[in-house]
Amino acid sequence: MYAFDFERPATIDDALKALGAEDAQALGGGQTLIPTLKSRLASPSKLVSLTAIPELKGISTGDDGTLCIGAATTHAEVAAGAGAYPALAALAGNIGDPAVRNRGTIGGSLANNDPSACYPAAALASGATIVTNSRRIPADEFFDGMFTTALEEGEIIVEVHFPIPQAANYQKFEQPASRFALVGVFVARYPDGVRVAVTGAAEDGVFRWAEAEAALASDFSAGAIAGLDVPGNAMIGDLHGSPEYRAHLVKVMTGRAVKAAG
Amino acid sequence: MNEITIKVNGKSVSGPVEGRTLLVDFLRGAGLTGTHVGCDTSQCGACVVHVDGKAVKSCSIFAAEAEGAEVATIEGQANPDGSLNAIQQAFQDHHGLQCGFCTPGMVMSAAALLKENPRPSEHEIREYLEGNICRCTGYHNIVKAILAASGQDVSAIAAE
Ligand SMILES: Cc1cc2nc3c(=O)[nH]c(=O)nc-3n(C[C@H](O)[C@H](O)[C@H](O)COP(=O)(O)OP(=O)(O)OC[C@H]3O[C@@H](n4cnc5c(N)ncnc54)[C@H](O)[C@@H]3O)c2cc1C
Ligand code: FES
Ligand code: FES
Repeated sequence: MYAFDFERPATIDDALKALGAEDAQALGGGQTLIPTLKSRLASPSKLVSLTAIPELKGISTGDDGTLCIGAATTHAEVAAGAGAYPALAALAGNIGDPAVRNRGTIGGSLANNDPSACYPAAALASGATIVTNSRRIPADEFFDGMFTTALEEGEIIVEVHFPIPQAANYQKFEQPASRFALVGVFVARYPDGVRVAVTGAAEDGVFRWAEAEAALASDFSAGAIAGLDVPGNAMIGDLHGSPEYRAHLVKVMTGRAVKAAG
Repeated sequence: MNEITIKVNGKSVSGPVEGRTLLVDFLRGAGLTGTHVGCDTSQCGACVVHVDGKAVKSCSIFAAEAEGAEVATIEGQANPDGSLNAIQQAFQDHHGLQCGFCTPGMVMSAAALLKENPRPSEHEIREYLEGNICRCTGYHNIVKAILAASGQDVSAIAAE
């Protein structure tokens, strides 16, 4: 690891000031960034830890009924505290292992936008709003391809607002070594329609499967997607699975998620 | 360099750290070499300690982030009279270790599990140990030891 300065501010304002330095970077739970630093794939001049800022932590219900989760809330805290949105709590409780869940944060996961991460699927399928220090970004405009998001330099996620669906479920087909999603599908049914978000599968990262959403809007049953072609996105091919295999899994996992959502 | 103070197994430990100093290096540098580094890539769990009561991989947290926290390591697990605690004794009784490299992390994960869930099922134990890798035992006797440490009957789990 290259050397860097380290700051651990107690307020969002101080964090933003510290992040103003050239090549400064935010540190969430470090469960992705620390391994990245060790392999020298990142070399910030300064790390600004977001874990000591009370304003960035916690789960509450907003005036509009959305579930609001602070960016530095850990996966374990969401698993235990997001009872109002059971599919989201279940997703958080199945990320990595207990030690990873005690450190990793929702803000870090969304900002990182790993093509195999779980939270991006939840945010996209829920039509969540990513609230940063300067603006509100709809999930549909936030994810911008593998490891890329709409966040600007020095901008941090403060909170994520999840509209609570009538029914939802996340199905993760685990890559057995890393336990990340080889393919994960989050299905959420709202009064105005169904949203289906797929992670792990496509080269451009998380995406919505429009044909499945249309089919499920009129008939919310696993049978409704049986006749669909697999999504046409360019799929990831690696030693864990071919593009064809991943495309097939998307359909299987979507069916399972619909069935489990009920 | 920042000067930090961490309460480790009930005693204050202070020292200068660089931003990049990992908690595990701080602990081992302070002579507490029971916490092992197996992979250094957040995969194996040999480095698990408790920070403010929660299991974390000490290779994946900077020492400066534990400033002011209470840290528990394997060195603080034995009973006050020096005898093995229930989990450690169960690992010995049920042959839950061979080379012993993964054992400090296994014991710390087991202690975190039993605090959250005092009578876990075999399945719950296996799930909780997802982030603890053992190259020797095949896990079976580790699971058995944790079941025994929680006061449950282990005769039912067959030797697979
Ligand atoms: C063994 C293991 C298994 C895992 N399994 C899974 C899994 O199954 N599914 C899954 O989804 N993930 C998994 N992860 C990843 C884990 O969820 C990470 O915690 C997460 O991806 C990153 O969150 P973090 O808080 O640790 O962020 P960090 O590692 O601290 O940061 C990641 C990136 O986000 C930026 N960042 C952090 N917080 C903010 C913020 N508030 N605003 C703006 N930018 C920010 C950082 O600058 C950095 O670029 C696993 C990790 C490990 C080590
Ligand atoms: S050394 Fe920390 S997880 Fe392997
Ligand atoms: S006893 Fe050797 S690695 Fe577990």
